Amino acid sequence: MKFIKYLIVGALFGIVMSKSEAISWYRIQEMFRFQAFHMYGIIGVAVVTSAIIVALIKKFKIRDMAGNPILFYPKNKSTARYLIGGILFGLGWALSGACPGPMVVNIGYGFMSFGVIFIFALLGTFLYGVVKDKIPH
Amino acid sequence: MLYFLMQPWPWWFSGLILAFIMFLLLFFGNSFGFSANLRTICSIGGAGKRVKFFDFDWKKQTWNLVFLVGAILGGYITSEFLSNPDQAVAISENTIKDLGALGFAAPTSIQPAELFAFEAIFTLKGFLILAFGGLLVGFGARYAGGCTSGHAISGLADLQLPSLIAVVGFFIGGLIMTFGIFPLIF
Repeated sequence: MKFIKYLIVGALFGIVMSKSEAISWYRIQEMFRFQAFHMYGIIGVAVVTSAIIVALIKKFKIRDMAGNPILFYPKNKSTARYLIGGILFGLGWALSGACPGPMVVNIGYGFMSFGVIFIFALLGTFLYGVVKDKIPH
Repeated sequence: MLYFLMQPWPWWFSGLILAFIMFLLLFFGNSFGFSANLRTICSIGGAGKRVKFFDFDWKKQTWNLVFLVGAILGGYITSEFLSNPDQAVAISENTIKDLGALGFAAPTSIQPAELFAFEAIFTLKGFLILAFGGLLVGFGARYAGGCTSGHAISGLADLQLPSLIAVVGFFIGGLIMTFGIFPLIF
């Protein structure tokens, strides 16, 4: 039962991504062509609001529901891995019109073709694990 | 109210809900990062026996897998109960024109049938597009240490430089694909 809240929040995520059309390949194309504000609006409002929430959590040392402090861990400093990894991700994002979340939302929406994308995303993750120590980080 | 729910939701409303989701996951004692699920599923599949990267205690990520199942459910709920059938995505005229030049018809639903109709899986080109798209997203997300939720939302919200670098990378890749590679393959 302790997991049911994640099911509900996950469903909220799936609904909001569908209803805002952020799962649509068309919207991702429109974004990369800088031809509408829509996707920038979604991400912009999400980031600014989240940044305010994170700042408030830090300032008032707000705890989680179990009473533990909410901690933020700085990511390792590097440029190569974030830039190269990011570029590869971006190539796939524009091609398939889906990042990992929207992939599965699309499957639920009824697009079985996204099942193929998801299986290959798993394969891509596996390949990263195999070559991890041989590529710059 | 029902009318509002059935229409596409405005960007500001969706942005606020995404921030609320990020907060709820923090409040539950976790953090928003969807692509971690890809690594977890590889581990469950037994990849940890052969590759060290997948040898970790994946049970701690169970909550995230439940979130993934919820996301699938959310997509289903929306298409079944919360949308008007075949509502075309109202993208800008310029995008319709640009995509038309590449051979894509104007939108008649949420996804282009040219790429995502069930039949597309069984054509060589259609299959390769789906396969390469997935491969690049999966490899790139783990290499960069996160995807749109982990970097563009969680990371930027915490003002982390690595996340900004990753997001710049997402855009460089997206622009190369859109303006450099699309004209060659479509």
